[in-house]
Amino acid sequence: MQYLLMLYADETGWSKMTKAQQEQGYAAYMAYTEALKKAGAWVGSNRLQPVSAATTVRVADSKSQVLDGPYIESKEQLGGYYLIDVPDLDSALSWAARCPGASHGTIEVRPVWAMSASAAPAA
Amino acid sequence: MDYREGDAQARDTAEAVARRSYGKLVAFLAARTRDVPAAEDALSEAFASALADWPVNGCPANPEAWLLTVARRKVIDMYRGRRRAEIAGERLQIMAEGLDAAAADADIPDQRLAMMFACAHPAIDATIRAPLLLQVVLGLDAKTIASAFLTSPVAMSKRLVRAKDKIRQAAISFSVPEREELPARLDTVLGAVYAAFAEGWTNPGGTDVARRDLAEEAIFLGRVVTELLPSEPEALGLLALILHAEARRPARRNPQGDYVPLAEQDPTLWDAQMIDEAEDLLRRASALGCIGRYQLEAALQSAHVFRRRIGRANWAEVVQLYDTLFAIVGSPVIAINRALAIAELHGANAGLDAIQEVAADARLAEYQPYWAARAELLAKTGAHNEARQAYEIAIGLESDPAVRRFLQQRQSALKQ
Repeated sequence: MQYLLMLYADETGWSKMTKAQQEQGYAAYMAYTEALKKAGAWVGSNRLQPVSAATTVRVADSKSQVLDGPYIESKEQLGGYYLIDVPDLDSALSWAARCPGASHGTIEVRPVWAMSASAAPAA
Repeated sequence: MDYREGDAQARDTAEAVARRSYGKLVAFLAARTRDVPAAEDALSEAFASALADWPVNGCPANPEAWLLTVARRKVIDMYRGRRRAEIAGERLQIMAEGLDAAAADADIPDQRLAMMFACAHPAIDATIRAPLLLQVVLGLDAKTIASAFLTSPVAMSKRLVRAKDKIRQAAISFSVPEREELPARLDTVLGAVYAAFAEGWTNPGGTDVARRDLAEEAIFLGRVVTELLPSEPEALGLLALILHAEARRPARRNPQGDYVPLAEQDPTLWDAQMIDEAEDLLRRASALGCIGRYQLEAALQSAHVFRRRIGRANWAEVVQLYDTLFAIVGSPVIAINRALAIAELHGANAGLDAIQEVAADARLAEYQPYWAARAELLAKTGAHNEARQAYEIAIGLESDPAVRRFLQQRQSALKQ
């Protein structure tokens, strides 16, 4: 079963950290990724650029609308994600708790909607 | 007394009774019906009635008896109404009379132990026993329990409901088992109390309120068992073990919030009174002459305390205790601690050999202490590259930021 762990945190927190703290934080993420890989649970992961780099797009009445900034302004922003493959929710929650992001932000755990081949829309 | 003052007093009294007598009242109501949810619902309605009635009419002289009388009526109403079909009229009558007679009695019999045996019955899924005890005996809500056990609140709630249904449907008995059956059945009760404590213990700084409280609640459960079964050595051993571990909590963090391993803790920060109580319990247990895993684990705690307080290495004794414990329990977790003790006695290579014996166990792949122990022993033998890799996994598996920082410091202290 695949789960998406979405890492939310106040992204200004990172810039307030000392160089040493940033290095330690970075190393903690590296170790976490390594542990996920070692356990065979890692599917993919990425860190995202800050929300100031975000652009939103929407098409309404056949007209596209492009806006600068994130879809939702909030105190904690989506800063990255891990896509993991584990047996069940309890296991996904254990991995979420181990994620360094859980101690300086919030992790949202969402099961991936499994699409079977037959359920896919016909081309 | 004005209304608001009476309101506050009623709330205080209700809270005090809830803390002291919640489990006793649930046990009493459920013992006759085996219907834990009905008992819990009735009791929570009784508490609500108390908060409405007491500010107006004053707190009753015996609040427990008041609550029980009201709750008893609610249970009977419930059965007359929605559960009518499930229960014969004759039994309802007997049940009502039983509850009546007992409620008239000023001294409510303590049936918490019988209820604990029902909750930790072998027919109940082993992983839900500890949450069930915490809810039924202490009244903790599913959300709090779910957080402590790192599981979803909805799932925890469903599993608790299912376990309570099982008690009723399978007619699991609310009784303390007979002599010959007792040791095996007590083992499941103690296992559940231990599991509750272990969840609380994973928050060493006591920063996570739900978890810190869980350790206190587990101590409370341990005390209930030893008060009601004062001559069961393993029950005494478990309480001794829990108290020993809890006594060191204040020393597990320095003022900066960093993790402090046992070998570097300041023994003067330990709770001496708690240690004395643990030692006393352990003496009482060993006088009963029947060794078991909890007594051995408590004895190990005692040996660690002795070593740090006296400053004299006692690793031979520690290894011997681990040998016996490993022979009884055989868990890889114990094997890891045993390997660390062997390393103290015979050197890091001997420790690594010992850890190698269980390395193939798949359960260890995601077990942080295994990787941390491995890393520490490898570092001592000078295998710094391998040690670095093992630390890397240990860091990745750790969820406590203070312990993570500690492991990162150890890792970066290795030679490049």
